[in-house]
Amino acid sequence: MKKINKIKIKLNGKFIKIQDKTTLLSFIKKLKVPISKVAIELNETIVNKKLLIRTKIKKNDKIEIVHFIGGG
Amino acid sequence: MKKIDNLIIAKKKFKSRLIVGTGKYKNMSDCAKAIKFSGAEIVTVAVRRVNIVDKKKPLLMDYIDPKKITYLPNTAGCFNSQEALRTLRLAREIGGWKLVKLEVLGDKKTLFPDMIETLKSTEILTREGFKVMVYCTDDPLMAKRLENSGAAAIMPLAAPIGSGLGIQNYTNIKIIRKQTKLPLIIDAGLGQASDATIAMELGCDGVLVNTAIARAKNPFQMALAFKNSVVAGRQSYLSGRIEKFLFGSPSSPKEGII
Repeated sequence: MKKINKIKIKLNGKFIKIQDKTTLLSFIKKLKVPISKVAIELNETIVNKKLLIRTKIKKNDKIEIVHFIGGG
Repeated sequence: MKKIDNLIIAKKKFKSRLIVGTGKYKNMSDCAKAIKFSGAEIVTVAVRRVNIVDKKKPLLMDYIDPKKITYLPNTAGCFNSQEALRTLRLAREIGGWKLVKLEVLGDKKTLFPDMIETLKSTEILTREGFKVMVYCTDDPLMAKRLENSGAAAIMPLAAPIGSGLGIQNYTNIKIIRKQTKLPLIIDAGLGQASDATIAMELGCDGVLVNTAIARAKNPFQMALAFKNSVVAGRQSYLSGRIEKFLFGSPSSPKEGII
């Protein structure tokens, strides 16, 4: 059986472990986050939503997913 | 009487001159209801991390339709230019928002804006194609500088955010009104509906209210009160008030007195 490698990343300020070679798109889909209502940052650079499918998550990557909430 | 009296910001027309914040409400449905009562067409919103753990948490967009109400992304909570720029670039990425509210705070206690950072951010954002409505102090010189940097609207505070103190410096607001053709919107510090009327009577183009509505005992009634007070103040300003006199002047004619 092929061994699944896990990598450590930081999501919204918290360390988590995910499967290696995951694309940002499949990762966000798995989180069940509505892509049209959020913005995504990878290592402090905004990722164009069209490029999510081509972006592979690497070890120690920092991902931020933000949306609008109530505010003044 | 002027029939069409729209508020125009960055070439966009709005019928309502009241902008409301969406923070500090008990829940999202109260917030949406208060917005309805206020008649506001623009609401400020904050950019924050998505709650990954609790996915059942209601989303703002499910309650306030951004197709019907203009979202005005705000940089509330940012204390330097870098944080503010990052926030607004993310806001633009969510759905192409270019009309934004810039708020760079300088002091945690007073929540006064840091005008050096604010000015710097306004210049950069304008270069990047943003239409920037700028929260600022009521300093006429700073207001002029913001205007020269390409701001889309000048938004001086009436008093510290959430203080409910009402307009503290009538003179400065009047001076800013005289010197700028940009939309002038009082942002922060209002406490009751009559404060909004005063702002409008000073010649402001609009007011931005959050706490005074959200934290009122009856936020819906207060939202309606603000809606009416803004309309009253605007009409009063456009009507041209009478001069002030020290002595009385009878309202009824002297002729024909019995």
